[in-house]
Amino acid sequence: MARAATTTDAFNAVAEPRRRQILDLLAQRERPVNDLVELLGLAQPQVSKHLRVLREVDLVRVRDEGRQRMYRLNAEPLKPIHEWLRKYEQNWNERFALMDDVLDELKENDDDPDD
Amino acid sequence: MTQTTSGTATVTLPADNQILITREFNAPRHLVWRAYTTPDLVKRWWAGEKGTVTSAEIDLRVGGRWRYVMTANGGFEVAFHGEFRTIEEPGLLVNTEAYEGIPDPDGHAGLVTVTLTETDGRTHLEMLCEYNDKTDRDAVIESGMEGGMQESMDALEKVAVSLG
Repeated sequence: MARAATTTDAFNAVAEPRRRQILDLLAQRERPVNDLVELLGLAQPQVSKHLRVLREVDLVRVRDEGRQRMYRLNAEPLKPIHEWLRKYEQNWNERFALMDDVLDELKENDDDPDD
Repeated sequence: MTQTTSGTATVTLPADNQILITREFNAPRHLVWRAYTTPDLVKRWWAGEKGTVTSAEIDLRVGGRWRYVMTANGGFEVAFHGEFRTIEEPGLLVNTEAYEGIPDPDGHAGLVTVTLTETDGRTHLEMLCEYNDKTDRDAVIESGMEGGMQESMDALEKVAVSLG
């Protein structure tokens, strides 16, 4: 089944590893595009393309400062993703918590390590 | 007294078709391996708080199959099965994982790679789950949601009523 185009929602926009890197860098501070080009080791057109995708889903906002354009993170659209994953994560936390109990028992009886 | 809580699981999405789960355990990895691959022990944790494992079969050899069944709190059964692809005790386990509640389970099966590394008697678990595509990956994440469970129960109830 065809999925929505990359640019239509935050879920798809952050599926691309480079774009996640950009978000990580912008989470540290507001940056001009040159900063990102340098830190990512990518050509400017590529970085600009990623920024355009991120801006379209409102994950990145931009303002002019003198002759530079400054990019910053807007984390709000990430919230639904976090919520979406949280329940799945919760399931694994429940499983692993029970596994901890099993492991505690195994440790008590583990006089003969076979590792 | 042993420390029971070793940490919390972290779930990330490294690529479009992947889920990565990581977790620390306060136990050496041969024990984590044992808890992960011994049917009677799997029965004790695999359902989490969602129900009770009624059956866990594990034929732990390359090409061997596994199948887990749980009765969820709503009363319906949830079953997964798969095949072992790589077994390197106690550090690496690769297997397929198919959910039997959908049409063509094996066609949508994921490939699960579990890596266990040990440091100072503690174990770091990495579970990389890879699917055909984003749609299959997202379906797995959604199936873990409370809402999804509730919907399955509702759907099942409707079927049951229609049969009655």
